[in-house]
Amino acid sequence: MSPSRLDATFAALADPTRRAILARLAAGEVSVMDLAEPFAMSQPAISKHLKVLEGAGLISRGRAAQRRPCRLEAAPMAQANEFLERYRQFWEASFQRLDVLLDEMQANEAADKKRARKTPLKKETK
Amino acid sequence: MKNLGTLKVTTPSDREVVLTRVFNAPRRMVYDAITKPELLKRWFGPHGWSLETCEVDLRVGGAWRYMLRGPDGSKMGMSGVYRELSPPDRTVHSERFDDYPGQSIVTCVLTESEGKTTFVATVLYESKIIRDAVVASGMEHGAAESYDRLAGILAS
Repeated sequence: MSPSRLDATFAALADPTRRAILARLAAGEVSVMDLAEPFAMSQPAISKHLKVLEGAGLISRGRAAQRRPCRLEAAPMAQANEFLERYRQFWEASFQRLDVLLDEMQANEAADKKRARKTPLKKETK
Repeated sequence: MKNLGTLKVTTPSDREVVLTRVFNAPRRMVYDAITKPELLKRWFGPHGWSLETCEVDLRVGGAWRYMLRGPDGSKMGMSGVYRELSPPDRTVHSERFDDYPGQSIVTCVLTESEGKTTFVATVLYESKIIRDAVVASGMEHGAAESYDRLAGILAS
């Protein structure tokens, strides 16, 4: 996926109405009229959002003159999702390992302190 | 897309992403862990990746360079320059990935309370693309739920 294509996908996804439209379309094809209904938005306003989504390749629209049903195109979404997942996973996986390391550092420090309190020649008994 | 652990991601402005994470350790330890190569090598990187090269010139104006190696042998390089180092509570550095255009400025602030450290990294991006990516992911409050559902449907 080219950077400009990814950019268009993310720009299209940055709007909450457009995300809601995609969520609705995930359940199946819907006409523009039906799509506009739950959003308290005029059909032209919805059409504008659909144009952005279509431009980003996130949806396609049927040719049936009147209804022009909208359909979700999963590929760009999945690619965008994958990109983000990598970003998130990067930090999640890193931080989980850092948790383990910090536990170990604290345990070592506690052990060092314990040893320091004892006379150097005395054998460690626990 | 579940919020695993306690990692919180927010987007306070157009070009910023803020990562917040609490660690069960004093901040001097967290500071060491994010600045010392021998410790960075133990934790930094995505799942299955290892930090093969970690060169750190830990002084203001000093350069750092990481090379990560993935499970399939692929490599990911990143580098930058330290702009501010104030142990044990603050660092500022620039960061760029070899394979992506643009650089970001990362400010890390550590605050300690009752033996726990809150780590806040503010990433200021030069371009909007990755910033927008985070917004689009629905990691912000409110949008997460509907996006989770959608992601779940698309993944199935």
